[in-house]
Amino acid sequence: MSTLHAHTVLIVAAILFVLGLAGVLTRKNIIFMLLSIEIMLNAAGLAFVAAGSRWQQPDGQVMYLFILAMAAAEVSVALALVLQIQHQHKTLDVEELKELKD
Amino acid sequence: MSLVFYISSFIAILSTIMVITRYQPIHALLYLVVSFLALAVTFLSLGAPFAAALQVIVYAGAIVVLFIFVVMMLNLGKQTAQQEKEWLQLRAWLGPSILSLVLLAEMAVLLLQDDPTGMPAAVVTPKQVSLSLYGEYIIAVELVGFLLMTGIVGAAHIGKHKKKSLHRFLQTYPNLN
Repeated sequence: MSTLHAHTVLIVAAILFVLGLAGVLTRKNIIFMLLSIEIMLNAAGLAFVAAGSRWQQPDGQVMYLFILAMAAAEVSVALALVLQIQHQHKTLDVEELKELKD
Repeated sequence: MSLVFYISSFIAILSTIMVITRYQPIHALLYLVVSFLALAVTFLSLGAPFAAALQVIVYAGAIVVLFIFVVMMLNLGKQTAQQEKEWLQLRAWLGPSILSLVLLAEMAVLLLQDDPTGMPAAVVTPKQVSLSLYGEYIIAVELVGFLLMTGIVGAAHIGKHKKKSLHRFLQTYPNLN
């Protein structure tokens, strides 16, 4: 950590977050949108861990643990929703799912 | 230690780019595993071995397996065998294999070198993390327990295949009239 600046890690986390955001905004398949959300959560966790090891405090890894648990709960509910959508609408394209749009 | 960090973060960014540009979901999942493993090596080089182990176990182990289950459940059909034969061609798994072999070589170099100080030292040890987790963050740990419980109940409720039930006045009885 002595030769590595914290800016570098934060730049890597920002690149990963922007890649996930681009994935959410450009893909139409709902599975790819979920994958991109996972990438964004992971990038946020990387920023927390980098900050925790920069200041040598355990709080960063504790926050990473909470992000991890939140991602696990989110992905289980979201995949159950994906199964229901596929079962009821026979498609995973978010452009086709317009029932909530008034 | 910065070389380990640069190599693994470059692999993470490269495989993340490959994730969001694939057409088949299963190919994207292969690259996603490589991305998570590369981030685990990044955590190790940052001096957080506990976070690295959790990244491998929970993200690359549990979450990706959930995704693979759902992707495999979505396309059950007659053309599935042909489709899987197409998915498992050489160019599908060559890229993720090369990237993960680079990560494996990195780990081997770290583990087999003679100088024991070359391994990245734990800046924050798991003992510190657990003391903080069950000390000042105990309320948050209990709230995370609630969150996981609602996740389980919600997934079990939403994922249940309900039969579509109409109101009894809307149902048609062929025998009645």
